[in-house]
Amino acid sequence: MSDQPLPAVDYLKIPEGGDPYLEGHKCGSCGATFLGERAVCSKCGARDQMSAVTLPNHGTLYTYSIVYRSFPGIDVPYVSAVVDLDDGTAIKGNLINVEPDPDKIEFGLPVDVVYDDALGRKDRDGNSYLSYFFQPSS
Amino acid sequence: MTDAYVVGVDMIKFGRFPEKTVPEIGAESALLALDDCGLTIHDMQALYSGNLGQASGMVGQRILQQIGQTGIPVINVANACATGATAFREAWASVKAGLYDCVLAVGVEQMGKGLLGGAGGGTGIPKEGLLGSGTMPAVFAEAGLEHTRKYGTTFEHFAKVSVKNHHHSTMNPKAMYQIETPLETVMNAEMISYPNTKLMCSVNVDGSAAAVICSEAKAKELGLMKRAVKVRASVLTSDPWQERDLVMPDVNSCTRKAAAAAYEMAGLGAEDIDLVELHDCFATAEILHYENLGLCGEGEAGRMIDDDEVALGGRIPVNVSGGLLSKGHPLGATGIANIYEVTTHLRGEAGERQVEGARIGMTHVIGLGSACGIHILEKVS
Repeated sequence: MSDQPLPAVDYLKIPEGGDPYLEGHKCGSCGATFLGERAVCSKCGARDQMSAVTLPNHGTLYTYSIVYRSFPGIDVPYVSAVVDLDDGTAIKGNLINVEPDPDKIEFGLPVDVVYDDALGRKDRDGNSYLSYFFQPSS
Repeated sequence: MTDAYVVGVDMIKFGRFPEKTVPEIGAESALLALDDCGLTIHDMQALYSGNLGQASGMVGQRILQQIGQTGIPVINVANACATGATAFREAWASVKAGLYDCVLAVGVEQMGKGLLGGAGGGTGIPKEGLLGSGTMPAVFAEAGLEHTRKYGTTFEHFAKVSVKNHHHSTMNPKAMYQIETPLETVMNAEMISYPNTKLMCSVNVDGSAAAVICSEAKAKELGLMKRAVKVRASVLTSDPWQERDLVMPDVNSCTRKAAAAAYEMAGLGAEDIDLVELHDCFATAEILHYENLGLCGEGEAGRMIDDDEVALGGRIPVNVSGGLLSKGHPLGATGIANIYEVTTHLRGEAGERQVEGARIGMTHVIGLGSACGIHILEKVS
């Protein structure tokens, strides 16, 4: 079992002694940015043009749903959100610290990316995980 | 190239048949479609079989083990919710290419109840409810609220789609449900993923549908042209790259691309279409496709539903079968069931729900991931 939490997804990086961050891979040919490593750009087809970039911890809410029915053991309601980060990269996650009420959630809401324990979820070896969330910008 | 015609087509009444096997369910509609045109399995030169749940299970061959092992080639197809349409299209393509002149396409599915999508684990910990939701109601809710963001489309607009399709299904004896659902009932039903309530989600059912496709010469030789329907266009697309599509499955671009290609292939425009069976897997999705298919201008979908333009008797009736919302959505069968529906109207045999004077109809399905299949069919006689 790891002493430190593991990243919930491979595009979340936890540098030793540093702050966690999200990593994208940007195509040197067309500029499209992807979550996670890849060798070929699915926008333009260029090969071996990808380089790692640190994604901004800020963006705006593009669209969402308030989820009331999920699988057993998952707390509802929660807000599933698609966020456009400031560099244009789209990313999906939970929007937290908002009322799950469509009248209280505005499209374009500025959000910060925050990092926290993955809702207490552990793998079969008992490892803890660090995940990312969106919350209204402070 | 020859033209290809649907000469026989049928579906079983959708329902829940846990006591039957997938091949048994598929065999039922295959026999019905053969009976519809008075042919037998001995007249079929190939079988194109669509099924998702047992995609590696040789379902087509097992259907032939039910209805006649003639040794013909069987092609098993899986393409998410576009599975049936893809099987139909492959059958069509084989006739167009001159490989065969009489073939059978079958789509079949046996479904469990409950949520689809989102359960995928991968390594580490489950991501559902941690990184948003991958469940289908949520994914299509997010796509619907994108329309709200652009055009101010309301929860009520989305709900009206469900009211309409449930109303249509009261006239379709082969639909899973024949129940009126007034607006208040739809809006006050259990919220699954806002803005999709339970009545705005398609029904998971078991079902099958089948079609016999012939070349023009063969249809004439067999004396089957009177009830034949010509396939004017068959198009399949995948999702072209879009800036958000890796986190937000895009059902719009592949539909727009397919619609443009289908209209071009048919030499027709949206104004020529008399009825449409489109992929209302969720009420939010139907609204998007009015614009994606060019049935109205950008941002006009809410007005279309408000003005009853898409109801039976309206300018362009959509999902008069009851749609996936009420007829039901057996994934692999859906794409052929909508061919059945449109063909039945073009033949003038749709009874109470008949779209009067229908000459040209369109079918549309989306398989998330994504695939879009569109067919345009035309009355012959």
